[in-house]
Amino acid sequence: MTAQSAPAIELSGISKRFGPVQANRDVSLSVAAGSIHGIVGENGAGKSTLMSILYGFYEADSGEVAIGGRPRRIRSPADAIAAGIGMVHQHFMLVETLSVVENVVLGAEGGAWLSGGVSRARAELARLAQDYGLAIDPDAIVGELSVGFQQRVEILKALYRGAQILILDEPTAVLTPPEADQLFSLLRALRDQGKTVILITHKLREIMEVTDRVSVMRRGEMVAHLATSETSPPELAEAMVGRRVLLQVEKAPRPRGAKVLEAIGLDLVDARGVALLSGVNLTLHAGEIVGIAGVAGNGQSELIEVLAGLSHPSRGVVRLGGQILSSADRNPACLRKLGVMHIPEDRHRTGLVTAFPAAENSILGYQDDPALGPGPFLSPSTIAARARETFAAYDVRPPDPELKTAKFSGGNQQKIVLAREIERAPKVLLVGQPTRGVDIGAIEFIHRRLIALRDAGVAILLVSVELEEVMALSDRILAMCGGRITGERMAEAADERDLGLLMAGVTEEAA
Amino acid sequence: MDWVATFAVILDSAIRLSVPLLCAALAGLWSERAGVVDIGLEGKMLIAAFASAVIAAQSGSAWAGLIAGMLASIALSLVHGFAAITWRGNQIVSGVAINMLAAGLTVILGNAWYGQGGRTPTLEGAARFGEVTLPFATTLRSHIPVLGLIYDEVVSGQSAPAYLAVLALVVTAVVLKRTRFGLRLRAVGENPAAVDTAGISVAGLRYGAVIICGALCGLGGTYLAVSQSAGFLPHMTAGKGFIALAAVIFANWRPWQALWACLLFGALDAIAIRLQGVALPGIGQVPVQAIQALPYLMTVILLAGFIGKSTPPKASGLPYVKER
Repeated sequence: MTAQSAPAIELSGISKRFGPVQANRDVSLSVAAGSIHGIVGENGAGKSTLMSILYGFYEADSGEVAIGGRPRRIRSPADAIAAGIGMVHQHFMLVETLSVVENVVLGAEGGAWLSGGVSRARAELARLAQDYGLAIDPDAIVGELSVGFQQRVEILKALYRGAQILILDEPTAVLTPPEADQLFSLLRALRDQGKTVILITHKLREIMEVTDRVSVMRRGEMVAHLATSETSPPELAEAMVGRRVLLQVEKAPRPRGAKVLEAIGLDLVDARGVALLSGVNLTLHAGEIVGIAGVAGNGQSELIEVLAGLSHPSRGVVRLGGQILSSADRNPACLRKLGVMHIPEDRHRTGLVTAFPAAENSILGYQDDPALGPGPFLSPSTIAARARETFAAYDVRPPDPELKTAKFSGGNQQKIVLAREIERAPKVLLVGQPTRGVDIGAIEFIHRRLIALRDAGVAILLVSVELEEVMALSDRILAMCGGRITGERMAEAADERDLGLLMAGVTEEAA
Repeated sequence: MDWVATFAVILDSAIRLSVPLLCAALAGLWSERAGVVDIGLEGKMLIAAFASAVIAAQSGSAWAGLIAGMLASIALSLVHGFAAITWRGNQIVSGVAINMLAAGLTVILGNAWYGQGGRTPTLEGAARFGEVTLPFATTLRSHIPVLGLIYDEVVSGQSAPAYLAVLALVVTAVVLKRTRFGLRLRAVGENPAAVDTAGISVAGLRYGAVIICGALCGLGGTYLAVSQSAGFLPHMTAGKGFIALAAVIFANWRPWQALWACLLFGALDAIAIRLQGVALPGIGQVPVQAIQALPYLMTVILLAGFIGKSTPPKASGLPYVKER
């Protein structure tokens, strides 16, 4: 980071418009060589677009790019690679049926026949494994690797192409905390070797932990360039949103009410014979938020699916208001009638039909409601009018029920789902990842809604991979690991280290 | 020794019936491994059969016919490519359109030009691919029992396009597995975004695959009209393009397995012909249609997961759109 050396990247006056959306407006950015530079912003702030321009995926409408002090025109990924830029995309650009080494050489094979390039790549992979601790089996099939290793392949791909500048787009979204820590030490090692790293994220903790400088984007514009050591998470959050945000959720203590839902001894075994849930016991009381803390893939999703009636437990019973649910009642439609509503963790896959107008999505699952039209018919005007009302109440932007759902931002799509389920007066609300891919403003709104529901006496089961979120919202926290409940803590008594141990499967008895 | 001779005759017939299947299956394999579903193999073979028969009849050269057949088929392939790759259209719709276009166009043009109900003139001499006798065929036959006979009856005595089809098989297998082009092609059928971000043109690769597909369909169609028959007959492909599609699925999109699938389907066809009007002991007369339906039936059973598992290339049939 000497003053004499030219910045690794110098962007000036970059603008890019997609139809009516101005994704980047007059963006300038300077990244010092040999540094880790963070770019933060809410979803849709234009971070990914800016990086896609830098990587040649899109061409900017106007603006200049200079790499290492020399002006460059980057019109395709090939140009970017030639300029020494490598990118690790949020959704990995890997071919799952090919081996690691085949993925690494793809596009840089070095000759018409594969054998030469592949053996060179093997040697190079061995060297990179030594230099950075990036060991990997070159012949493993990529689709069979864990997500953390797949990301490693992405990084190796960039390094193999001789990248001097590495861009990572939301790299930790798919990683467990220990994997994220490993990634960060790798990024530091790369910086120490003189490489430049750009880290795009919306997690402030990561910015504070690993970056040297940070740039903040908001609505397509650069709003701040700061040295990480001289800033703080509240300052960054404020810059991202444009106003002060409550990172802490305000929640008054409330005595819990009667037992509403009780699950006893739930087992779930899948078709391959793998146990996904083993002996899960769970009680939900009225006016209580029970949070499930766990690393993704430890049975939380399956638990919610069983309770929502989407899958049937291999063993165990569920009681609702004292009554054991019969297998006939254990389907989503009946459960909804009984007051068990479900906000699915993946709104694109199970929460919404994104090709439908928003109004239609606001009645999905409730399309049999007689209030929506006579007999088998639906009344579009009634549906639209109701949607308009709820959209106003939930601050869905734009408040246009006719607009295709795919055109809404993640946060607003989530509000459409939230409104649909909450407006039907649930007794029990099952919530999966309520704020995944949602911007800070909407997170705050969703958190406040959930607290208000709890205060109104709804029993809420919250599953989230964001431990902070679980700790902030819950009254009681259950930790899950390997399909079992490994521990229970009252929220006041819970701390992150203790929960982390439970999430890792270190139970009281073992400890 | 008599049963060996019968076996050799059926095998020979099976191979002759498999050649057009193999060409079309390899064509489909190239296209689908690159992510372009091609249901128009049938139409492309048909247009190639027609074009090759016409040019062979006019020029008197079977080789000129082959080139014409390939070019006609490639032209239709490019139409499919233009619809599916450049305009990101629905690949099934485009393929069906090509089949209908070929079925109609060949008959209309044939009738207009020759007035024989769509037939083209009968090909004779150099206008038709004759049998190629491989060296030592007769010597080996008389010196080595069984294998010598099979060499003479089955391996030798096929026509030039048949040997070209085998060559195409070997080249396909080697190129897909061992070359840069093959790696990129396999990648583009699985995850075109990965290819794009690696700085390679997705459209370029897919057009390449589609052109190869056209050339191979051209070879298959030419074989039908200029080698197996002595001229074009309306609708002479008779569903071979669809059986080839089934063979591709049966072969799990792999070249050598495609050969075995085509041989199997060809053998079924040969047996069906052989059994025509023959009453089997205990069963009676087997309807030919029942045997002809077997390739489809077997493919359905395969897809239902009873025999094994068939996994198509992941991006097959999906137009590539850069995500925003």
